[in-house]
Amino acid sequence: MAVVGVLALQGSYNEHLAALRRIGVRGVEVRKPEQLLGLDSLIIPGGESTTMAKLANYHNLFPALRGFVSGGKPVWGTCAGLIFLANKAVGQKTGGQELVGGLDCTVHRNFFGSQLQSFETELSVPKLAEKEGGNGTCRGVFIRAPAILEVGSDVEILADCPVPANRPSIIISSGEGAEEEVYSKDRVIVAVRQGNILATAFHPELTSDSRWHRFFLDMDKESQAKALAALSLSSMDAEDLPKKKPLDLPIFE
Amino acid sequence: MASDGTGVVALYGGGSGNNKVKVVDASSKSPAAATFSVKVGLAQMLRGGVIMDVVTPEQARVAEEAGACAVMALERVPADIRAQGGVARMSDPGLIRDIKRAVTIPVMAKARIGHFVEAQILEAIGVDYVDESEVLTPADDAHHINKHNFRVPFVCGCRDLGEALRRIREGAAMIRTKGEAGTGNVVEAVRHVRSVMGDVRALRNMDDDEVFAYAKRIAAPYDLVMQTKQLGRLPVVQFAAGGVATPADAALMMQLGCDGVFVGSGIFKSGDPARRARAIVQAVTHYSDPEILADVSSGLGEAMVGINLSDPKVERYAARSE
Repeated sequence: MAVVGVLALQGSYNEHLAALRRIGVRGVEVRKPEQLLGLDSLIIPGGESTTMAKLANYHNLFPALRGFVSGGKPVWGTCAGLIFLANKAVGQKTGGQELVGGLDCTVHRNFFGSQLQSFETELSVPKLAEKEGGNGTCRGVFIRAPAILEVGSDVEILADCPVPANRPSIIISSGEGAEEEVYSKDRVIVAVRQGNILATAFHPELTSDSRWHRFFLDMDKESQAKALAALSLSSMDAEDLPKKKPLDLPIFE
Repeated sequence: MASDGTGVVALYGGGSGNNKVKVVDASSKSPAAATFSVKVGLAQMLRGGVIMDVVTPEQARVAEEAGACAVMALERVPADIRAQGGVARMSDPGLIRDIKRAVTIPVMAKARIGHFVEAQILEAIGVDYVDESEVLTPADDAHHINKHNFRVPFVCGCRDLGEALRRIREGAAMIRTKGEAGTGNVVEAVRHVRSVMGDVRALRNMDDDEVFAYAKRIAAPYDLVMQTKQLGRLPVVQFAAGGVATPADAALMMQLGCDGVFVGSGIFKSGDPARRARAIVQAVTHYSDPEILADVSSGLGEAMVGINLSDPKVERYAARSE
């Protein structure tokens, strides 16, 4: 069975591991560069992207993460993970933050505003439903969420959502000065796929809908079929299974 | 209410009025009201992180640069509140605004226990989380804020399981064990974490028939006690607080089972705040790796001066609310 790594520096990595367990897949926590070896795919969870970038920097994870992404193995970023994977991010802290990159898009770090503007909504996801079944919508939980402002030509848009009317105006800080830019479109992109990179601005790991996790694992299967990678299946065994079952938070419906 | 097939009872949310999930389509552009899942959601994004007390925008920047996952905006850190005495109140909203502008990470602020108007003010200036905190002088010695009335999520302190579940029933979306703020002494923090974790372990092994009487004994709502029993943990994110001063203290809290750590006076009352802040952030991520802990604990300079809690003259903030 495929081994899925979950970057466990900070944030909702426990929730991703729990979501994987619910569909019978074992996830392993990744905190150091060498733990990326032997993984078939990687999830970069939600959390505070600045915190995760700092911690990745302290332990020299960025080169290994870039290698993993450019090696073509499936990678999925949710929320902060989306920011990590973007080639360009705006609305960052003073001094900016380091990114992994690989996903040809521009992300606004805090597009929807602060916690008071956090929300949940039903997203229309025809492409997800086509592949994984279920109805044409999924529950999207947006927590101080980023959004995707622009995508390159080979990026497939999987979901977008209406821009809330009470959203604060975008501040784009470029170099020295900060300039305000009005986002004129009335919908904004919140889920994309580019080859083996999947990115969502919302948190499927906080809901009981496991279709996004299955969609991600199917990306892995597709690429494995191409590479005839039957070899890699036997490599990892139960050596680092947790000793006791972790205690998961409930899913709030 | 609903069971998702994993034996987990999901309470709250989807309930009445404002808590309902609303469908946003192109015609209605305003997002749905804050559901409990959205309130708990931010706390879940803070898991595995460190929340630091700061009193100026400059300190907030130091905390952000060190990798704090959020900051608590205050006028005085608990150690100074302790030293100076008097009534401690909500901070100047202007200061909180300045700190909010200085950083992109979430900003929390404290309101006095039961002082729902301070909470309304904090909500109005757009803080990301309100801490209804015993570190400030309580405004109501019998009632906490009814936190269901707010869009902004709340974190509350507790010393044991009953207190935690009472706060959750009042609408708290995150719990922190109280410890003893401003002392730099981790003994009370350990006591309270062990108390909650021990109570949960005892509860898990209890016969279902005994839970009714147990709920009565700890003065907590039966449904939440039962949910805690089924989950094997508190149903919301649980951080530790009150006395954490070193990376080892922070890792201790994580190994005892907490989801993250608040550090109050411990950072900016020490010799080299930036370095200590960074070390504590790393210690929380790598809490079970003693080699990394040894690395990050080296050469941090002076830790804050602690207070010996066997001295009866030291006021116990933790005992200010039930």
